[in-house]
Amino acid sequence: MDPLLLARWQFGVTTAFHYIFVPLTIGLGLIVAIMQSFHYRTNNPMYDRMARFWGKLFVINFALGVVTGIVQEFQFGMNWSEYSRFVGDIFGIPLAIEALMAFFLESTFLGVWLFGRDRLPRAVHLLSIWLVALGSLVSAIWILMANSWMQQPVGYTIVDGRARLSDPVAVFLNERLLVEAPHTILAALTTGGLFVLGISAWHLLRRHDRELFLRSAQIALVVVAVAGLLTATSGHAQAQHTARTQPMKLAAMEALWNSEKPASFSLWASIDQKDGRSTREIKLPYLLSVLAYNNTTSEVKGIHALQAEDVAKYGPGNYVPPVAVVYWTFRAMVGLGILFILLAITGLVLWWRGHIERRWFLRLATVFLFLPYLANFAGWITTEMGRQPWVVQGLLRTSSAVSPNVSVTEVAITFIGFTVIYGVLAAFDFFLMYRFARPVTKPGQPQQDAGLGDIFAY
Amino acid sequence: MDINTIWYALIAVLFIGYFFLEGFDFGVGILLPAIARNDIERRIVINTIGPFWDANEVWLITAGGAMFAAFPDWYATLFSGFYLPLFLILVALILRAVGFEFRGKLDNVGWRHAADSAIVIGSALPAFLWGVAITNLVRGVPIGPDMQFQGSLLTLLNPFSLLGGLVSIFVFSLHGALFLNLRAEEGLAERARSLALRLWWPAAIVMLGFFLASYSQTDLFSRSGLVPGTVPVLAMIMFVASFVLARLRFGGWAFATTGLTIVLATVVAFHGLYPRVMPSSLGSGYDLTVYNASSSAMTLHVMLVVAIIFVPIVLAYQGYSYWVFRRRVTRRGLGGS
Repeated sequence: MDPLLLARWQFGVTTAFHYIFVPLTIGLGLIVAIMQSFHYRTNNPMYDRMARFWGKLFVINFALGVVTGIVQEFQFGMNWSEYSRFVGDIFGIPLAIEALMAFFLESTFLGVWLFGRDRLPRAVHLLSIWLVALGSLVSAIWILMANSWMQQPVGYTIVDGRARLSDPVAVFLNERLLVEAPHTILAALTTGGLFVLGISAWHLLRRHDRELFLRSAQIALVVVAVAGLLTATSGHAQAQHTARTQPMKLAAMEALWNSEKPASFSLWASIDQKDGRSTREIKLPYLLSVLAYNNTTSEVKGIHALQAEDVAKYGPGNYVPPVAVVYWTFRAMVGLGILFILLAITGLVLWWRGHIERRWFLRLATVFLFLPYLANFAGWITTEMGRQPWVVQGLLRTSSAVSPNVSVTEVAITFIGFTVIYGVLAAFDFFLMYRFARPVTKPGQPQQDAGLGDIFAY
Repeated sequence: MDINTIWYALIAVLFIGYFFLEGFDFGVGILLPAIARNDIERRIVINTIGPFWDANEVWLITAGGAMFAAFPDWYATLFSGFYLPLFLILVALILRAVGFEFRGKLDNVGWRHAADSAIVIGSALPAFLWGVAITNLVRGVPIGPDMQFQGSLLTLLNPFSLLGGLVSIFVFSLHGALFLNLRAEEGLAERARSLALRLWWPAAIVMLGFFLASYSQTDLFSRSGLVPGTVPVLAMIMFVASFVLARLRFGGWAFATTGLTIVLATVVAFHGLYPRVMPSSLGSGYDLTVYNASSSAMTLHVMLVVAIIFVPIVLAYQGYSYWVFRRRVTRRGLGGS
């Protein structure tokens, strides 16, 4: 077994697991802050119950995001020491700032918010949840800055075989960050919205606390509609950016083996990576040129042409990412994103017509609870696999990034260890989320706070 | 002082903050079954660190991030070299976090026992392993050409570093007991105080043994001659003072002195290393230093500006959170189950 392969699997598994929690932390944090603000303004106790109900789910989710995040930070040095040496001068900066600027803020004020309910003035308590939400947002920007540099290295010179910072402003304002951060953050808000919508729908189907969950569903619908639509437009901007800066990734996303002018968008393809071709294709003419360059005439370069270019540029080697994976994950992400928008529009129309609680809609919304996670995974796999064989585009290959002194046995131990622990955690987390997503009050009973007063203390 | 040295000092500060703060919450976790006799008492004990432990852990994350940015080679060699101990630390930190967060979410005896075990193991293991890691760092590990670690897990588990692990687990436990003495309700506080007094003796023995062994095992003290210097002596005085102050029921001062013992001991380690960050046991030519392991001057300067702005802000609001939760945790304050 190759330690490189194991290290890659480990990174993939731990990142995917970490990324279950992060988007929800970002999205749900903001939604809870909004709910608590409604309570602050209106004094309506329903909003207080609402913020606490969703806050409980937020907290379970937050803790797992933090601990799996430490693994991510340590993993660069443990499994990818050569990567760390190569990029540390630049990549380390956003990572360190993220911890200093965002993690302290989030975790300190989460503690203040959780334990300070009866101890703080209302305004201060409200401020603390907003600071938690702000912290998670700021943290997303810094970590995406680090990732953007892997996609599009800027502001560096190569000295003694390593990247050295030459222009910090270029790193902070990386063009790639300007398209990647909005897309990822908006997707996180969509995730939070669909989560709240799905669980609210589930309760509405069972007629639990109609007032609370109807209002929650309405708030969530607005979030999904706005954030979902903007996720799509910012995604389009990111795809156009990718066409210019990572043409091989774009070609793989489309399984476009041969250059086309104008290029058509592929709806379906049986991909044969070995022979470098696709069969049984269904294509929509012109559409890829529109998506990539906003016109109907531009050429989009194919994988074969780009491979030849890369060989001329970087020397002999295989520069083609795993096409089928990139192609299908991209389609999964886009397809799901469109479904989210359609769901939100349907919900808004029903709301406008005065009857959101149609059972078919509520059932549909419940199912949609799980889909943003798939869309998030798919999007990450598209962008990270699409960059292969590079770990830093054009500068460092993934195969040169792995720790040379760590043995197969060691990587195997940590890989199996993390996978097993994460699997168990996922099961517990899901179980607890399920338990706590259950009703605050039983139907027919007067509204009460049973079990809620103390939920935040350990 | 040059910028490399400033960054080395800043990273030392982050580790000092981490060991001081997480030191007591590790201690509280370790002592959970020794101090609390039933579920409500266990909840009180856990709630003394409830608002803090997560933010305390961020000191480690920040230290890791700062090492990555300021000394990439140190970060790369250390983390790939101390591979399995760091893996165990990560697993332990996950376990205890989950223990804290999930414990109260179900009213079930088996569930809560499992969570308690996760908290105890998840606190004891890193408290021990950090001592092992720092001791190995100071003692030197086999680093060869290209800054690559050439040892194995067994290289790291030598008798001296295991003794260092005992020192850290005992001192953190003592620190935790004195924290509980400050923040738990009266009865529990008194129990914690008497446990601290009993813990002090074995802690003193392993510390003394570690101190004597370090003359032959490291160049911490031998570099300056037989007299260890001011800072180690101060650390010892603080440690002795913690016993006296705990006896005299000066709870706050006793906690401060174990804290200072941790701070000063960490200073000794980092000062003894300087200007190396990771000495090699294969010859000083292979040492990693604040110069050959560092980032570029530009990166260090950019980061310094960020640190100057944000470190005071972080200290201010963390201080605020400790001020908000300064009162003792009582069973009445906890409310229902």
